[in-house]
Amino acid sequence: MSNLVVADHNNESIKASTLVAIAAAREIGGDVDVLVAGAGCAAAGEAASRIEGVNKVLVADNEVYAHQLAENLAELVVELAADYSHIVSSTSSSGKNFMPRVAALLDVAQISDISAVISEDTFERPIYAGNAIATVQTSDAKKVITVRGTAFDPVAAEGGSATVEAVDAVKDAGLSTWQKEEIVKLDRPELTAASIIISGGRGMQNGENFKLLESVADKLGAAIGASRAAVDAGFVPNDMQVGQTGKIVAPDLYIAVGISGAIQHLAGMKDSKVIVAINKDEDAPIFQVADYGLVADLFKAVPELDALL
Amino acid sequence: MKVLVTVKRVVDYNVNVRVLSDNTGVDLNNVKMSINPFDEIAIEEAVRLKEAGKVEEVVVVSVGASNCQEQIRTALALGADRGILVETDEAVQPLGIAKCLKAVVDKEQPGLIITGKQAIDGDNSQTGQMLAALAGLSQATFASVLELGEDSATVTREVDGGLETISVKLPAIVTTDLRLNEPRYASLPNIMKAKKKPIDVMTPADLGVDVTPRVKTLKVMPPAARKAGVIVETVEELVDKLKNEAKVIS
Repeated sequence: MSNLVVADHNNESIKASTLVAIAAAREIGGDVDVLVAGAGCAAAGEAASRIEGVNKVLVADNEVYAHQLAENLAELVVELAADYSHIVSSTSSSGKNFMPRVAALLDVAQISDISAVISEDTFERPIYAGNAIATVQTSDAKKVITVRGTAFDPVAAEGGSATVEAVDAVKDAGLSTWQKEEIVKLDRPELTAASIIISGGRGMQNGENFKLLESVADKLGAAIGASRAAVDAGFVPNDMQVGQTGKIVAPDLYIAVGISGAIQHLAGMKDSKVIVAINKDEDAPIFQVADYGLVADLFKAVPELDALL
Repeated sequence: MKVLVTVKRVVDYNVNVRVLSDNTGVDLNNVKMSINPFDEIAIEEAVRLKEAGKVEEVVVVSVGASNCQEQIRTALALGADRGILVETDEAVQPLGIAKCLKAVVDKEQPGLIITGKQAIDGDNSQTGQMLAALAGLSQATFASVLELGEDSATVTREVDGGLETISVKLPAIVTTDLRLNEPRYASLPNIMKAKKKPIDVMTPADLGVDVTPRVKTLKVMPPAARKAGVIVETVEELVDKLKNEAKVIS
């Protein structure tokens, strides 16, 4: 067996989600090689070579791989796939974008968002927003897999000494061009990397009131999230959404403020180690999963919490 | 231009899904079935493009059992012009669905294909991308803004950490994210009108597609249950518990 893990990176460093994907690949067994495809991504390639347990790093450094356009990246991965039994990536917005393309071009099924490795062809994955866990076995010789970011302990980012090899293949499908991005620059940790998250729901009433959470978040070094209801209501942008259709998180502490606890939201956060719910409705379903519940008006409780920290 | 929209029949998003006691799957008996919510957004986007005069025809396609006609009919009531059902009793997986859709795309030659970003049953998020690969077309997944031009479309995508804008050559596959639009409800006159709109039925075999599943589900289990904890009376007590009992803040 041999695994090719396609890395998430920003040309400078490797994202934490990739350390989780590598951990899954190591559970599958066999060598783990990492592909870093980008433009001006030599530093990310070097960083990948220092990751624990990596055998070889392939660096495809070319303008056509800038911004990981799915059409070009998929063709590159398909060309490299001949040498590997398992093609692995994280369930990131990039992995979700290009990996099904890889699978279709190889004429194999994709196993999306695995949460456990049972054997080299059998995996667990959540379905129905995490309301059921399916154990699935693929009959395809080549396995294309995306890995849930919260399901495995990441491997160490340092301690390895993999060889670095350049990949010359230039695949330009000429189908799409990147124009611009608006990546929110935060002083706070990213949602999927934060050890503490405080999230607001419909109970926040408007976007302005999220400032209440910001002050608490700054004191705790926490990231700020939101329920789909808060996003749909236009309080906050979609990249803050935690849930089935947003980000899947599992921090040490998750504080749900004014969130009722719809199953779509619980699907995104119920693997958190400690859950706190603050809600004035004592029947809110969020209390059924919370370790500590406080039945209170958030507009009183959150400033009090802020003052006590 | 013609737009092709895909719809999947799934358990309604309000249903609390239960795992069967023999662990072979989830209980679908007497459960409300609906159009996958992301596919409703796809229909809405296509109908708005037609209303804006940018598109002449909206064709809606589904792959599944004969009762998927209910969801196609709903899509017709929402403004699609005609339907196609690729009928099979096989539990078709994303790769098989993408192959059926590829055959439909070859026949219909749409200028744009809009699909939901994921179905809320399998949560795979594969079909649109697989269709794009099989048809050799460009893709713009997780779209929150779609601007349709003559030969290309400009799409703003929801990505980790923010938004990204790309331009894709037409024909293209666009998969919908939540904020692309807010779907309408079907009006009664439109529901009546939809009954007269045509639905073309064919089988995967008619299209020359093998939909044999590649992935076997060995078992389906409920997730590990989380116990409800304690209700604290005051914010002081909460902070004390977090510091001294759970030890998650200092």
